Amino acid sequence: MQNRREMLSRSAQVAAMLVAVGLVPGWAQAQAAGYNSAAFAAKTLPELMKSLGAGAPAESKDVSVTGPDIAENGAVVPIGAATALPGVKRLLILVEKNPAMLAAIFDVTDAIEANLSTRVKMGQSSDVYAVAMMNDGKVLFARKEVKVTLGGCGG
Amino acid sequence: MADPMRIRAQVAGDKATVRVLMAHEMETGQRKDAAGKTIPAWHIQDVTAQHNGKTVMTAQWGPAVSKNPFLQFNVKGAKVGDKITVSWVDNKGEKRSDEATVS
Repeated sequence: MQNRREMLSRSAQVAAMLVAVGLVPGWAQAQAAGYNSAAFAAKTLPELMKSLGAGAPAESKDVSVTGPDIAENGAVVPIGAATALPGVKRLLILVEKNPAMLAAIFDVTDAIEANLSTRVKMGQSSDVYAVAMMNDGKVLFARKEVKVTLGGCGG
Repeated sequence: MADPMRIRAQVAGDKATVRVLMAHEMETGQRKDAAGKTIPAWHIQDVTAQHNGKTVMTAQWGPAVSKNPFLQFNVKGAKVGDKITVSWVDNKGEKRSDEATVS
């Protein structure tokens, strides 16, 4: 049997829990609408795919990644991701040996070609991936090794 | 407010090639300053590209994108005189939006 005082303190606890559960996600959303910080913290490919809610990726010839064979400066490595397949939802650029794999997510629409270029930082020589997430749930990728020479260790 | 972006949009056949150069530090949060303290991450998180007011692409970026980021994409069916707007928001909430005309 609960007395009135206990009831009051319980409901205060419940209210505090509701605030904690309800407001913290709201605050995170307000900071950057839809920014997937879990994906940008992922260190391995399976971890990353899980955080994006995607299945295991398959290597495909229809996706291409462009970049230099040898990058002189790891701070500025031009990388392109492209695919000729229709129905692309997202393109990702990943650098395998960076502290966090994911460099960029591009949500493309039909109004642009699935062919994007940007520049990324690379901590060391590593494989670079272009991942295409399709509308039908398939995840396809291509990879390329990029050697980084800057660092004074002779690459 | 941050420095303006440089946007160039040129027609090539039935599409327009848009090249954007943004001015941003893109600090990774991995580096340390002279006193050994970690420099906090400061990078662009969200990028939006619009063609005549219609969003054609959005992007989420991590700190691995280079300093003063470069971005290139092709907009299908863009004609001379069309407006291309690119905007970004960084993890400190700073924003910048710039517009260019397709030539």
